[in-house]
Amino acid sequence: MTDSVLYSVLLLVSLGVIAALVLYVVSKKFYVYENPLIAEVDEVLPGANCAGCGSPGCKSFAERLVNTDDISELFCPVGGNDVMKQVAAILGKEVVERDPTVAVLRCQGSCDVRPKTTEYQGPRTCAISAMVYSGETDCQYGCLGDGDCVKVCKFDAMYMDEKTGLPVIITDNCTSCGACVEECPRDIIEMRPRNKRDLKVFVGCLNEDKGGIAKKSCSVACIGCAKCEDVCPKDAIAMLNNLAYIDPVLCTLCRKCVDVCPTHSIIETNFPPKKVKKVVEKKVEVKVAVIKEHIVAESKKSKTDA
Amino acid sequence: MLKTFPKGGIHPPENKITSSKGIKRMAVPKVVNVPIAQHIGIPAEIIVDRKEKVEIGQVIAKSGGFVSSNIHSPVAGTVTKLDLIIDSSGYKKQCIVIRTDAKDPSNFEEIEEPLKIDIELEPKEILQRIADAGIVGLGGATFPSQVKLNVREGTTLDYLIINGVECEPYLTADHRLMLEKAEEIVVGIKILMKALHLKKAVIGIENNKKDAITLFKKVINKGDGIQVAALQVKYPQGGEKQLVRAILGREVPKNGLPLDVGVIVHNVGTIFAIYQAIQFNKPLIERVVTVTGKKLENPSNFWVKIGTPIKDLIAEVGGLPEGTRKLVNGGPMMGKAIKNTDVPVTKGTSGILVIAEEEASRGEAKNCIRCGECVYVCPMGLEPHLLMNLSEKGMYEKARAEDIMTCIECGSCSYVCPSHRPLLDYIRFGKNIVKKLENSKN
Repeated sequence: MTDSVLYSVLLLVSLGVIAALVLYVVSKKFYVYENPLIAEVDEVLPGANCAGCGSPGCKSFAERLVNTDDISELFCPVGGNDVMKQVAAILGKEVVERDPTVAVLRCQGSCDVRPKTTEYQGPRTCAISAMVYSGETDCQYGCLGDGDCVKVCKFDAMYMDEKTGLPVIITDNCTSCGACVEECPRDIIEMRPRNKRDLKVFVGCLNEDKGGIAKKSCSVACIGCAKCEDVCPKDAIAMLNNLAYIDPVLCTLCRKCVDVCPTHSIIETNFPPKKVKKVVEKKVEVKVAVIKEHIVAESKKSKTDA
Repeated sequence: MLKTFPKGGIHPPENKITSSKGIKRMAVPKVVNVPIAQHIGIPAEIIVDRKEKVEIGQVIAKSGGFVSSNIHSPVAGTVTKLDLIIDSSGYKKQCIVIRTDAKDPSNFEEIEEPLKIDIELEPKEILQRIADAGIVGLGGATFPSQVKLNVREGTTLDYLIINGVECEPYLTADHRLMLEKAEEIVVGIKILMKALHLKKAVIGIENNKKDAITLFKKVINKGDGIQVAALQVKYPQGGEKQLVRAILGREVPKNGLPLDVGVIVHNVGTIFAIYQAIQFNKPLIERVVTVTGKKLENPSNFWVKIGTPIKDLIAEVGGLPEGTRKLVNGGPMMGKAIKNTDVPVTKGTSGILVIAEEEASRGEAKNCIRCGECVYVCPMGLEPHLLMNLSEKGMYEKARAEDIMTCIECGSCSYVCPSHRPLLDYIRFGKNIVKKLENSKN
């Protein structure tokens, strides 16, 4: 009885020893040197594997960081400046500080302001319906509403609002990895700088049609009237193809453009409600009137030209 | 036993309502919107200005590259604007808008030229004239004809095949053209045979157009070297590769052209356009369009100027009937639904189909039940269910290895799928991505 117990114990112990020896020899023989820094950097990175940096995952990004001499062009959008500083400390390389960004939706064409003129019955993905035609509404620039961006977001920072038919970005969750920007076939999602209180002013429209046509297809479309361009004190607004674009670097968030926009296509976020000052309002009105006259005169001119 | 292609194919209801209706000439529209991208390849370059007077047949946009085509003014009038107008692609595209001059007599002359049999031009001149006249494949693919006819020296070429199959249900434009212009088409075939130094030509016609078959047999002389091949009725026999296989029994290689087996295929509509260009120096400014639909008051075939808004055609057949759900540019199998009736007729518009509510809906997509119907009907021998899954999951490299690019987009798989799966939608999407990936590699 005791013999059989003894034999089995001995057998198992000897098997274990042989296996350990084999493993030892193999691990010495086939040893691959890996820079210990890679593991260290990988530890610091967020580990989301979102591919926002351009590498397929955090491990491969760590390898790139370690193996590249000048890492000033590499950036982890999820970790932001803090993580990049830690990486720089580990590697002893220099990183460039970047302003944090956040995704914004440049379309306000909800179901009530942008009526549907056709019905689409194919597969409900933006990629296919964009390939087939210009969408269920008459606007060929705006949101298709099939939520490819929501499907691709790994951080639960987006959801589809069923009432408006548009995606909503939860800025607190957004890591600015840029996956939605890549996915959107209409390029209506843009990365814009995020400041402390997340104040933003941007044009919520990409419609390049002429004013009348744009307005017909969507009542909050940018009609290219250039009132905002005229009123902007910092020359931060540029008109291109009947569409205004606010340069986030030059914009000082004065919000004069928001007030003059006739179609309310300029969006302001997270500003406290405005205090009503009578004097200021009057001034603005005068300005508007002047601009209107100016535009009327110009349009008359162009009509006579035609 | 009549000839046909061996692999796959389907038999959708023919619904050729308009086959007995002669081709009527449409009234000249008040305004034409001529898109500059009516062909496969590079869009043409506009060479007219706003407010410029144009004559009928004048070049208004010239070929923008090797694979491109000239575009001519379909009417005499004034260019009112160069604008973006929605076309059958569903997107706004650059168009030349011309207002017809109501006083210009050349707009309203109905010239029915007598048959002209003698071919005066030399082969090289013929090819040049075809390029100048802006002729593209009128079967629907709109591939510039001069590129197709540009055969490299040393290529062995022995057959010209004329595609008079018209396998799409509903459409009768080619059928009517064959019945009304048979002699002209035969001359057109001879022109191409002269240009390409060919001795043999075959006209392929499906057996549901018996009148056209007998007519051609009567018109063709024995010494012409032209044969008529009656074919079994089966969709998609009008596909180039299927047609070559059906008539000559030659298999076109999977990524190749009929040229690789010594054949050139042209549609009857293209042949007639070539006849007009060579014999009367008439550019391609009009084509036959079938306007059809079960509920239409008076469906028919029309000679339509390029650029005519589709609403003019609809008005001509008695307006949109109640309960219309879908307008299709082309036939029900390969045509494309259009967004509104302002879409202009282009060189590729073979028909306008008006579909009622009950026929328009697609049915809810359910899971694949692995019945294999799509594999059975695919004329290219592909596995549509697999290709759909691969492109849905984003496995484009694998889809390419499974020959997704050889798909001819005939839609047979979607037609037979008992689960109403959007097979072709995804395959087409996958093809687009694979094409983009290939372009970015080069």
